[in-house]
Amino acid sequence: MQSLTNRSVVASDKKMTILEWIYIPAIIKGMSITIRHFFRKKVTISYPEQKREFSKVYRGQHVLKRDDQGRERCTACGLCAVACPAEAITMVAAERKPGEEHLYREEKYAAIYEINMLRCIYCGDCEDACPKEAIFLTDRIVASQYERKPFIYGKDILVEPMDLRIDISARQTEAVHKFKSEKRFAHNK
Amino acid sequence: MDLTTLIFKTVFLIIILLVTLVVAMYSTYGERKVAAFMQDRRGPNRAGLFGLLQPLADGVKMFMKEEIIPLTANKKLFIIGPSIAMTTALLTGVVIPWGGTLTLGGHEFSLQIADLNIGILYVFAMVSIGVYGIMIGGWASNNKYALLGAIRAASQMISYELAMGMSIIALVLTTGSLSLHDIVAQQHGMHWNIFYQPLGFLIFLTCAFAETNRAPFDLPECETELIGGYHTEYSSMKLGFYLFAEYINMFISSAVIATLYFGGYNMPFIDELGFSANTVTLLGTAFFFLKIFSMIFLFMWIRWTLPRFRYDQLMNMGWKGLIPLGMFNIVATGIYYFFTELK
Repeated sequence: MQSLTNRSVVASDKKMTILEWIYIPAIIKGMSITIRHFFRKKVTISYPEQKREFSKVYRGQHVLKRDDQGRERCTACGLCAVACPAEAITMVAAERKPGEEHLYREEKYAAIYEINMLRCIYCGDCEDACPKEAIFLTDRIVASQYERKPFIYGKDILVEPMDLRIDISARQTEAVHKFKSEKRFAHNK
Repeated sequence: MDLTTLIFKTVFLIIILLVTLVVAMYSTYGERKVAAFMQDRRGPNRAGLFGLLQPLADGVKMFMKEEIIPLTANKKLFIIGPSIAMTTALLTGVVIPWGGTLTLGGHEFSLQIADLNIGILYVFAMVSIGVYGIMIGGWASNNKYALLGAIRAASQMISYELAMGMSIIALVLTTGSLSLHDIVAQQHGMHWNIFYQPLGFLIFLTCAFAETNRAPFDLPECETELIGGYHTEYSSMKLGFYLFAEYINMFISSAVIATLYFGGYNMPFIDELGFSANTVTLLGTAFFFLKIFSMIFLFMWIRWTLPRFRYDQLMNMGWKGLIPLGMFNIVATGIYYFFTELK
């Protein structure tokens, strides 16, 4: 069988030579290795002060997008909840009342939209399933908590604030643009 | 002993006690830093500058932890165990010469608490009693892992004490004295014993690792097989005492090695520099501590390099390797001195 790394050593139980038996050369060899590591540059990234650059398509905390006029895109169709393999998403739909047209894009909207961040596996299937381009995963990290309760994120956390729009343009790769240029998705513009 | 000497000795005793504790405390920090650096990590760096307050935080944590004495444990012995470990670890520092003599206001003070004429034997005695701390702790826990760890510790320490004694006999042949003060005085300048007893030094060093239960001889603890060994059932500061005693032992054995083989407080070329007597003494003490810290670093370096010995390998090496070597060393040293003395 071919080895994966080409570094494997054939094990044998031959009698040790006298140099091997007195251990000392082997110990010195080992110590020279550790001392070289001692002065080597450390690879650690001191997290809160220093953040590592994420991939463009990193899948972190979700965002519920608004459209150009600041209306929520989500129509509570439930496709994301169906697509979710971890069953982390729940929602309650409601009908838009007259006079709320500036808040919600279509006649139906999500009155409650909750993602359990402890259940979520950050697969991004919700993003794939969404027909309205309403939910996206972002490069934000979900903060740690002391209790379980705060991990259930509601609309107050998920929907992007009007004055603090979340930029997801980096996620719009070539393939996404091609997909969106198809005529039958024109209604989402 | 007059009053000034008594006061000086008392103050010096307290200073040595504090220094021992502080060094042991920061050894835990050093250990973690060395381990981290050798594994390409950064180690504790959050508590204070460079994480220097980490030992204090650890100490507070140890005190705050819940104290558990198992129902089936022998309560008296359970408490006596760590006390013995700690006491014997601290007692050894008494005979070590930490420096030459200081002259203050016409009085001469020796920077050694007690100059016993059998200093080395005293160190050995204390180390041997230290085994009781581990044995009693392991026995009193009434836990099979703890007992296994304790048995291993006892057999390991007794086996390696023999070889250690043999390396010391050869050393005593060259120095002609059991007093640590005399042994250091003889190594003035660069006449360090390591150049006269290289084999003895290697044997002593190996045994020192085994006696302090440090890797690669940390079988009594054996995190992976024995869940901590003799201190499996211990919690809170009683556990802290055991761990702390280990670091004190490491500090003291580094001091003993520096005293016996690296000339103690002697510095090379100190006579040519022409300093006053007091300056020489203080410089010597600083140099002694430098040697001790280098030894402690060696201890840690070895720990984070070598894997643990198997139990049969340990016994093989002790009985079939080090003891014959020690005997050979004694005979060789004896023959050498027999023929050189005759001339």
